Amino acid sequence: MRDHEVLVTDVLVIGAGLAGERAAIEAALAGLNVTILSLVPPRRSHSSAAQGGMQASLGNTAMGKGDSPDIHFVDTVKGSDWGCDQDVARLFVETAPVAVREMAHWGVPWTRVTLEKRVYDGKVIEEDPAKVGLIAARNFGGTAKWRTCYTADGTGHTLLYTMDSVVLKLGVTVHDRVEAIRLIHDGEQCFGAVVRCLRTGALRAYVARTTVIASGGYGRLYGASTNAVINEGSGMALALDTGVVPLGNMEAVQFHPTGIVPSWILITEGARGDGGYLLDKNLHRFMPDYEPVKKELASRDVVSRRIMQHIRAGYGVDSPYGPHVWLDIRHLGERHIRTNLREIAAICQNFNGIDPVHDLIPVRPTQHYSMGGVRTNIHGQAYGMYNLFALGEAACWDLHGFNRLGGNSLAETVVAGKIVGAAIARQTKETSPDVRWPLVYEHLAEESARIERLRARAVRPGGENVYALRHEMEQILSENVGIFRTEGPLVEACDKLRELHRRAQDIRLRGEGRGADPELGAALRLPGMIRLALCIAKGALERKESRGSHYREDYPKRDDVNWLKRTLAYWPAGADEPELRYEPVKITELPPGDRGYGESSSFAATAGRQDAGANPS
Amino acid sequence: MARELTFRIFRFNPDQPDVKPRLQDYRLTEEPGMTLFVVLNKLREEQDPSLRFDFVCRAAICGSCGMLVNGRPTLACKTLTKDLPAVTTLMPLPVFKLLGDLSVDTGVWFREMSLRTEAWIHTDQVFDPNAEEERMDNAVALQIYEAERCIECGCCIGGCATANIKPEFIGAAGVNRVARFMLDPRDKRSDAEYFEVVGTEEGVFGCVGLMACDDNCPVGIPLRDQLAYVRRKMAAAGWKLRRRAPAARA
Repeated sequence: MRDHEVLVTDVLVIGAGLAGERAAIEAALAGLNVTILSLVPPRRSHSSAAQGGMQASLGNTAMGKGDSPDIHFVDTVKGSDWGCDQDVARLFVETAPVAVREMAHWGVPWTRVTLEKRVYDGKVIEEDPAKVGLIAARNFGGTAKWRTCYTADGTGHTLLYTMDSVVLKLGVTVHDRVEAIRLIHDGEQCFGAVVRCLRTGALRAYVARTTVIASGGYGRLYGASTNAVINEGSGMALALDTGVVPLGNMEAVQFHPTGIVPSWILITEGARGDGGYLLDKNLHRFMPDYEPVKKELASRDVVSRRIMQHIRAGYGVDSPYGPHVWLDIRHLGERHIRTNLREIAAICQNFNGIDPVHDLIPVRPTQHYSMGGVRTNIHGQAYGMYNLFALGEAACWDLHGFNRLGGNSLAETVVAGKIVGAAIARQTKETSPDVRWPLVYEHLAEESARIERLRARAVRPGGENVYALRHEMEQILSENVGIFRTEGPLVEACDKLRELHRRAQDIRLRGEGRGADPELGAALRLPGMIRLALCIAKGALERKESRGSHYREDYPKRDDVNWLKRTLAYWPAGADEPELRYEPVKITELPPGDRGYGESSSFAATAGRQDAGANPS
Repeated sequence: MARELTFRIFRFNPDQPDVKPRLQDYRLTEEPGMTLFVVLNKLREEQDPSLRFDFVCRAAICGSCGMLVNGRPTLACKTLTKDLPAVTTLMPLPVFKLLGDLSVDTGVWFREMSLRTEAWIHTDQVFDPNAEEERMDNAVALQIYEAERCIECGCCIGGCATANIKPEFIGAAGVNRVARFMLDPRDKRSDAEYFEVVGTEEGVFGCVGLMACDDNCPVGIPLRDQLAYVRRKMAAAGWKLRRRAPAARA
């Protein structure tokens, strides 16, 4: 084992997206030695794909006038369907404006307020001349004010490039093309990670005083996802596999209303925020029929369900890839589309050969975001293990509860990075370096043996094909644990996934698995992915209510008496399925009530019936 | 009738230097809406598990999948097979270090370039968390963003004659990166300081004006304009420095 490289650092951050880099910066500014690991060059992280924006209540835009952290707080809690921790939401909304301005200081070219005349949904918007040049905001779903700060069509891109420029400036160590495959721990405390080099295939150990999981979401567990191919939930699996760290609310899966058919690439919520409509096969704008107040801009869970409901009622547009609806942004005009929605125009052109200035865009709800993740306290410390932190999409902090608002995830990465980063710095300074060499080599040896076992059986006939198993898992989740859920299919999903997990012990490589072989990488990852899938399916089966994105057709109402609580999924060593426990949700300010949109809102339901026939469009 | 497509793919694994680089043919049936992202994953899953290539976002946003498609640098993810002939050759981008088959190390190249050009905001100002943000004209913000849109895919570098001959040349991506900070009023560097960084043969004066970069940029950054902008500023800065230098000595 002594031939493996062992590197020592103060703070080890797994993941170089916005959350990981922001936390790393905070720790580096505190004088600590930080090493960031990334599957890909940092600027290719999935944060870069966020087109829409980042919520912060600056209130500079006319339509955001009078905004405040208080209003942002209420929007966030309602959006979460009261599933979030309200102390976390409060901390978040208070910090977001500072975080946005700090990013401006570091170089983000935020779009600014201008006096240019603009018509929105039939109304002329007049900006305040005193606000010209300050950071502008656009409209996003589920918000009372225009609050989403943005840079044209590339907010995530500019945020990530700016964040990474600070990482470069500070000289923070970044090792790209590596994959953490195991946390080094003794069941109580984390000491770093075993890592596979994706250039050579060599194993290394990184020994650290604190270890941070910031590896993003698990979108790719679902076959159709807007997510990048690297979003396989690997960081969550690392934590789960300790046996003592729980994952929170894994059944809370966000489906974005507008994935483009059939590549499932995201069409940003900015399209609807800027005034786009959803149309059915008769070119009827149907959202006002269901949601007279918020229309296309109810929260994502609600809009996604309404679309599927409308499709089920027979109003979908038929296609070889299943029925879909149309997104119409033609009326926004060529100039607006080619500036603020240029990325959409490029995606439509590149992948569908259409031009949204003149054509309708085919869209359908698509897996997009994981509200669940490594459960942490308000400081980002993982439950159950010392010196382990998590933040960003990989974590369940828990800001989003059962539905995240658009613009709150970019904001979470930067805000949590700042707050949790400071907590990491404090904790690291209090922790004396403690290198447990036997433990490190034991973990290295076990992972090395796992790889050797796969290689030894490679190429021989028989066994399971890793890609076939993976597609089965994707299909089970997509078909049985999607937008509409019921007991029968959920039971079936759990049974099939347990069976799949058993079969995954018999994966046989078809290639030789030499060096950095990609099939070997997939084989190392898949069992953990199936365990995550089981946490999602079992959490969804047990939660007998509907809340936010989790919609049970057999339990269509939110049930605050029995289910105002968070699921914690543990995977004890050697178990064949997760063990679920529950904890209360922290309610500090706003007691559970009506969201003002969605099926649970009595207002929306009655008003919807009255307005349905009277809608002029 | 669906077409039978042939993909002639460059194969080499640096782990096995004794196996010479070669082109290997793969065949598959075309499907509607098929991209090279779909093709390469299908080939790996169904025909050759050892095939190495890079994709991340598969939406032409992240810049991972630059390669030579029939000799031309472009993003594989947004290349539709319906625009390709029956036989297509796929080669890795030149200039960058080869990691295996179609995978090259663009990440390390771009990091080194960013370090050489000190691609971050240089300022002595300290962030004040309680202050309103500094104002900026939106037209300036959009201009900065136009240059910041580079996705570091390396297509401009792989297709650049100078970069292919001179490994130290920062290329259009490097010059564009400098333009991004020159345009930014928050960056307090003087023209003379920028000249130190890019006023050389490895910098903006290395460009011989063939402009393949401008043709090949998959996100449509006006690289020709950016090169002209930086070159003009640097020529003026160089002229001033030269006039000042003898005076300083005297």
